[in-house]
Amino acid sequence: MRGVAIIGVGETQFGELWDRSFRDLGIEAGLKAIEDAHIRAEDIDALYIGNMSAGKFIEQEHVSAIVADYAGLADSHLPTTRVEGGGACGALALLQAYAAIASGLHDIVVVGGAEKMTDVGEVKAAEILSATADQEWETVFGATFPALYAIMARRHMYEYGTTREQLAAVAVKNHRHGALNPVAQYQKEITLETVMNAGMVADPLGVFDCAPLSDGAAAIVMCAADRARKFCETPVELIASGQASDTIALHDRRDLTTMDATVVAGKRAFHRAGLTPADVDVAEVHDNFTITEIMAIEDLRFVKKGQGGPATEQGVTALNSKISVNTSGGLKARGQPLGATGVAQAIEIVRQLRGEGGKRQVTDAEVGLTHTLGGTGATAVVHIFRRVR
Amino acid sequence: MVAGIVSYGGYVPRYRITPKEIGNVWGVDGEAMGRSLGINAKSVPSPDEDVITISVEAARECLRKVDVAPTDIGAIYVGSESHPYAVKPTATVVAEAIGSTPVMTAADFEFACKAGTAAIQACMGLTLSDMIKYGMAVGSDTSQGAPGDALEFSASAGGAALLIGKENLIAEINQTVSYTTDTPDFWRREGQQYPSHGGRFTGEPAYFKHVMSCAKLLMDKAGSKPEDYNYAVFHQPNGKFPVKVGRTLGFDDKQLDAGMLVRSIGNTYSGAVLLGLCSILDRAVPGDRIFMVGYGSGAGSDAFDITVTSGIKKLKRAQTIEEMTKDAKFLDYGTYAKFRGKIRMRGD
Repeated sequence: MRGVAIIGVGETQFGELWDRSFRDLGIEAGLKAIEDAHIRAEDIDALYIGNMSAGKFIEQEHVSAIVADYAGLADSHLPTTRVEGGGACGALALLQAYAAIASGLHDIVVVGGAEKMTDVGEVKAAEILSATADQEWETVFGATFPALYAIMARRHMYEYGTTREQLAAVAVKNHRHGALNPVAQYQKEITLETVMNAGMVADPLGVFDCAPLSDGAAAIVMCAADRARKFCETPVELIASGQASDTIALHDRRDLTTMDATVVAGKRAFHRAGLTPADVDVAEVHDNFTITEIMAIEDLRFVKKGQGGPATEQGVTALNSKISVNTSGGLKARGQPLGATGVAQAIEIVRQLRGEGGKRQVTDAEVGLTHTLGGTGATAVVHIFRRVR
Repeated sequence: MVAGIVSYGGYVPRYRITPKEIGNVWGVDGEAMGRSLGINAKSVPSPDEDVITISVEAARECLRKVDVAPTDIGAIYVGSESHPYAVKPTATVVAEAIGSTPVMTAADFEFACKAGTAAIQACMGLTLSDMIKYGMAVGSDTSQGAPGDALEFSASAGGAALLIGKENLIAEINQTVSYTTDTPDFWRREGQQYPSHGGRFTGEPAYFKHVMSCAKLLMDKAGSKPEDYNYAVFHQPNGKFPVKVGRTLGFDDKQLDAGMLVRSIGNTYSGAVLLGLCSILDRAVPGDRIFMVGYGSGAGSDAFDITVTSGIKKLKRAQTIEEMTKDAKFLDYGTYAKFRGKIRMRGD
């Protein structure tokens, strides 16, 4: 396998972008990434698009061809592929591109992720989100996505004494980080009281324990590492990836408080990278709910099992602490346009490793990690990145 | 020659329900909901009240203040999104009730919450072109909020009537402008009992964009600034939006307070901005200048620059809007549900 580097990144503003269409967002992110990489259209060998549910959100399937077409690439007849894997689809698209370049199939690949979620009402959006859980055994009986994560949170509280305040501390931290990110949906700090007093969604998760519905797109240009310097002064290498799956239904899991898919994907990625969790300086982990980040930092072995809550409360995962987690604001504050999430997480790590983090720069960041989930943890993807000296 | 307001009258049903009472039923903190909406109570029509009776009450209040022969009213337009009949006008019943028929024209208007201000503009055109002597513009609603929907905390009932003409003016309408786009933020299809809405989409790209744009258009056309006005009244779907829009434009709370009826009676839809204007006229003195911007979902705004004349002193004394809003009887949710036809009764 040959090395793979990221040579260009670009994203749109994240938020309720009522005056922007799916195509519009995808093209903006793609063009920004291509400009950032200083490549020409004819340099691109392939396109991978992470998109979870355009068919339900905007009644448009086959979005991979649309993005290439509307980016003016129809005449190039590029191979374009849409990748789906619940909320992990962006991270999976990145993985496909990584494999394609590492294997020698392609040299330069554009990876995009996009979702347009606000063209449907909130009830419909909640239904679409829940479709990544088990329709036959969970959602048909009334389990919503927040309800399933609330079950995990309750069990985590029971097993490890995790508190409501510790869950809230995740939201407070990620909003603090989001306030420093100019593309974040919420660039506003919030207090612990705000989170604690917010309306209940699914006990113990309140409104501020949940990531929002968002529109947005993100794109990355990748190429063979040995050619990266030709396009980019500060390439970042994607050194290893790990992907794992688990039961689709939460009730079939070995343990409600551990996502085995995360554990295995993390182990695979660290093994391939020859690194340990202690080597990671900055991580973007899946925080669609506050409990998810607590479980993620445990399952990735950044902290001991059961210590996610206290560690967050003590600031271990805050910007420039032991490990800086979700410096972009995470799904909670940056927003969670599903298909864009995995790609946007990677962009944040690239920016940090390039030293372009601005006010949220992690000092001397060398190694970064992304962690992205599909469903309630039936898919997990971990990517590890390193600054190229 | 300018057109203007000859008289005005409003009507607010006596019954009220509090956000707390509504919240109790739906398991939400209604008091917090009320605080966040800026609504202390909303008006509720009694079982015998509808847009026709409310419009008639408002029209009668309007005529009570002046000596105008009802037969001199050549047009009556009633703006509402809750006309009792899909086919059969409200306006003809109002016209008959106040004695304006038969040599006149009448029609119902619909443009969500701004049908009443559209009616004012139509009446202005007809009077300025000498097609009629007086025209009556009514904005009135018994607005609908589905049980358990956020709208239920605000959707209320009330209406107001303005007599428009060129003579015997109590206030001159110096300018009016409109701002209209196809923006689907709130709708109700034929046969549907309750409206649908786009949540937060009803805010920034809908209410704020249209009200702000129309307000700026009016000030540009009139060459005026916020400090030139004694009062300002904006469409008020809740207690927050009009205050935010007013402050953003540069109006202060003192200019806004007199027209902010939403706090005590909720959102009367087509009646809202007109009732606010009536409440301002109740206390206005000659020379006062009023800035008014309505809003209707779908979407559009009508803005008016109004100057009160000495004619206002000649109006006969009638019940003020403030007196009406204070004359309140509070309902429990069960009675409210019965009054609003939310529960099926024998014979339904």
